[in-house]
Amino acid sequence: MGVAAKVNPLGLTRDDYKGLATTLCAGCGHNSITNHLVKALFESGVDPYRMAKMSGIGCSSKATAYFMERSHAFNAVHGRMPAVTTGAALANRQLLYLGISGDGDTASIGLGQFCHLVRRNLDCTYVIEDNGVYGLTKGQFSATADIGSVQKRGAVNELETIDIAALAVQLGASFVARGFSGDGGQLVPLLRAAMAHRGTAILDVISPCVTFNDHAGSTKSYAYLKEHDLILQELDFVAHRDEVVVSYPEGESVDVALHDGSVLRLRKLGQQHDPLDRLAALTVLDRGRQSGEVVTGLIYVNPEAVDFCSREHLPAAPLRDMKEAELRPDRQRFAELIASWS
Amino acid sequence: MDEIAGMDLNLVMATVNGSGSQSANLVLTRALFAMGVPVAPKNIFPSNIEGLPTWFFLRANAAGHLAGRREADLLVALNRATFHQDVARILAGGVLVFEQAFGDPQVDPEAHLSTYPVPFGKLAKEAVSDPDLRKYLTNMIYVGVVAEILGLPEKALESALARQFRGKPRALPENRAAIELGRSYFKENLTRSGSLAVHPLDQNKGKLLLEGNQAVALGALMGGCSVFAWYPITPSSSVAEHLTSLSDRLRVDPSTGERRIAIVQAEDELAAAGMVIGAGWAGARSMTATSGPGISLMAEFVGLAYFAEIPSVFVDIQRVGPSTGLPTRTMQGDLQFAYSLSHGDTRHPILLPGSVVEAYTFTQMALDLAERVQTPVFVLSDLDLGMNLWMTDPPPYPEQPFDRGKVLGEEELQGMAKFERYRDLDGDGIAARTLPGTRHPLAAYFTRGSGHDEAARYTESEEAYPRVMDRLRRKLDSAVWRLPQPEESTEEGAEFGIIAYGSSDAAVAEARSALSSLGIRTGYLRIRSLPPGPAIASFLGRHQRVYLVEQNRDGQMLQVLRSELAPGLTGRIQSILHYDGFPLFAADVLEAIRTMEAGRGVRLTSLESDAAVERTR
Repeated sequence: MGVAAKVNPLGLTRDDYKGLATTLCAGCGHNSITNHLVKALFESGVDPYRMAKMSGIGCSSKATAYFMERSHAFNAVHGRMPAVTTGAALANRQLLYLGISGDGDTASIGLGQFCHLVRRNLDCTYVIEDNGVYGLTKGQFSATADIGSVQKRGAVNELETIDIAALAVQLGASFVARGFSGDGGQLVPLLRAAMAHRGTAILDVISPCVTFNDHAGSTKSYAYLKEHDLILQELDFVAHRDEVVVSYPEGESVDVALHDGSVLRLRKLGQQHDPLDRLAALTVLDRGRQSGEVVTGLIYVNPEAVDFCSREHLPAAPLRDMKEAELRPDRQRFAELIASWS
Repeated sequence: MDEIAGMDLNLVMATVNGSGSQSANLVLTRALFAMGVPVAPKNIFPSNIEGLPTWFFLRANAAGHLAGRREADLLVALNRATFHQDVARILAGGVLVFEQAFGDPQVDPEAHLSTYPVPFGKLAKEAVSDPDLRKYLTNMIYVGVVAEILGLPEKALESALARQFRGKPRALPENRAAIELGRSYFKENLTRSGSLAVHPLDQNKGKLLLEGNQAVALGALMGGCSVFAWYPITPSSSVAEHLTSLSDRLRVDPSTGERRIAIVQAEDELAAAGMVIGAGWAGARSMTATSGPGISLMAEFVGLAYFAEIPSVFVDIQRVGPSTGLPTRTMQGDLQFAYSLSHGDTRHPILLPGSVVEAYTFTQMALDLAERVQTPVFVLSDLDLGMNLWMTDPPPYPEQPFDRGKVLGEEELQGMAKFERYRDLDGDGIAARTLPGTRHPLAAYFTRGSGHDEAARYTESEEAYPRVMDRLRRKLDSAVWRLPQPEESTEEGAEFGIIAYGSSDAAVAEARSALSSLGIRTGYLRIRSLPPGPAIASFLGRHQRVYLVEQNRDGQMLQVLRSELAPGLTGRIQSILHYDGFPLFAADVLEAIRTMEAGRGVRLTSLESDAAVERTR
């Protein structure tokens, strides 16, 4: 017997957050994201029985099978995970909804649903495993491919890219971040903060496709990211129950208080980016787009935004648990209603 | 037959839509209803906000027939664009009320019409200074004129006004004044001729005037729907609107403002279907209401719900297709499409309400069935049933608790060695499910539209796939008895049988009573659901010749029956097909039967010579 495994406040080990073995390619960025997710879920002590894993169709959407086996999962149709998640959340708003999507699933076939999910600010975490190509259908460009990016067989993308993060900010998203599958130090706190946020948290994670989009000329390759990752901040996620472990000299860090009492501590790097400033968020993304830098970190957050179920005045108790007494008016009220129709 | 017992009047109001004629027409409808006279109103309206022709057919008949009639006994002509064509609709001896400014109506002197020119525009201009208001009140003036011609009592009009403008008391005086304006103009300037009149009856005790869509909304409320997602589309939008107002009244906690229902206007029908399915998966009773184009968009999601076995209810208020079609006209055009909606092999339970009360009870039943059978369930109504007012008995209070189907909670899982989501343990094809959020290590499973085995594991296995598909077929077959079975009323010694479904019932019932009065006895089977149960084969077996009445071009129900019943039986069926966008009327059925019986060499001479039938043709 080895050393007892580290447990989280729920008494679960990191292994308890694992799922089936991946069927994605070796070296796929998505697998790294899964590992970072397992770490984030474990560290945040997410209750597996409170989690619902949602996805659409594509390589990315398969990933919900590779973590948290004890949670229900729903692999929906292509581009339609937002609607299914919305329905599920209306039925039971007490669960934590974690959506895993891809760039095709989100920026092409599912762009409409993505936009409307963001507009509604449904309480969920929405991770886009963004590699700029369609993997399962063998390497076509997706709508997040950068202009000028080169396909494996040499074709050049001549169409403008859809910047999911910028789009989300423009649509009024309440939490927008971008990460890189190769930077767990940044991604894990972002994931934890996204899950702590109340509202739609959009996390666009650049995740190189080793089979179809990791060559020279691609702007979504490991090599490109290593050279062009413009990191906005150093991040520490401080759960409310933990003591603050890192402190920075005054003026060098900003704390963003999240809905559940946790804090995302941002340490400024060279960038003077204020993630509470929407205009600044759009500006920093557009500068990156022009310079070819991939801007990563917390781009925008509005911790005060009202989530959809609250806006719909739903009770805290799940609608799905309601019985006849709560849903069906009694005989007298029914009779009064019918009488009012005569 | 005395004049009163035989009373059957069809009033046709030809107006321009967007002019507020609906209020005037509803006041007339409610006035007749208040007099105890059975009414059957049919609103024939264009897909347009303002300016195109619209007709309101208001039939008042002592026999209580609920189908409409085409020809007018009285026409109110307020649309210049259709003036002469509308006048041609008036039966001999009928009445024409028209806008004097339209000029000579060019009536056929042989028709012996009573004609009443009224300067509606001029009267309104003199009485109302606000031009917007004037447009609306012009129509209310004809209510007064018609009331004078037909002898409608003041009390009935006053009660109709109060009902129509309930909640808008400020509108009451000016509308009342407009009606009075019409009455006094008539009394001072015109002389009543002819014998057309409405006599008070006492036949509407306990009856209501309701729209089918209102009944669907009430069914959703009483059936425990707690997530309703929709996208606006004629003729289904009023389901959501009615449900919203019902919920404001009956699903809100007055102390906290909390709502025990989510009604979400989605970005399109794809999203609406997705929300319904997500909510059904998570354990809420969820549904949508849409029409043909919406059903088309929902096809992919419905396949997912079928294959992944997710309770969901789809109400389709059918309109004329294909494509945009005639969005404001009625049709039973989605039957075949809905029955096997989506790619691959699918089959869905279809409920076919034939009345307002059934629109209500079948919606509740659909919510039960969806959870019991774990599958998408369709309720196919149509524009005629959904958007017109129908005289009806009050919807009954539901006697049964919700059927939530096979759901395993923590307690049930406690005693189990394993849980497999798609394993049929009791032979009815239905496997138990768990809901997300169930606190038990066995509870979780992976829901997917891709190939899976009994344990919900991904597989492309050539053994598992047919096993799953066969179980899905068995699941529906074993649930057929739960669906509403056909309703049969067969006369002894019937010469032939008639099969119909949905909103055709009123017209078929009336046609049968006309045939019966001519001594022609018929059998009648009204199909109320698909897949077809054993009663249909039995009915076909007992009738040598059967007419199947449908409101579509291709005989969609016949196609379904052909694919599921023995050819020897379906070979007895001849289609009566009606698809001009108008609601089905008895004359459509009678005319078709007359022609087809004549084609067989059997001349229904009595049918041709009978004056009563002639009139309804």
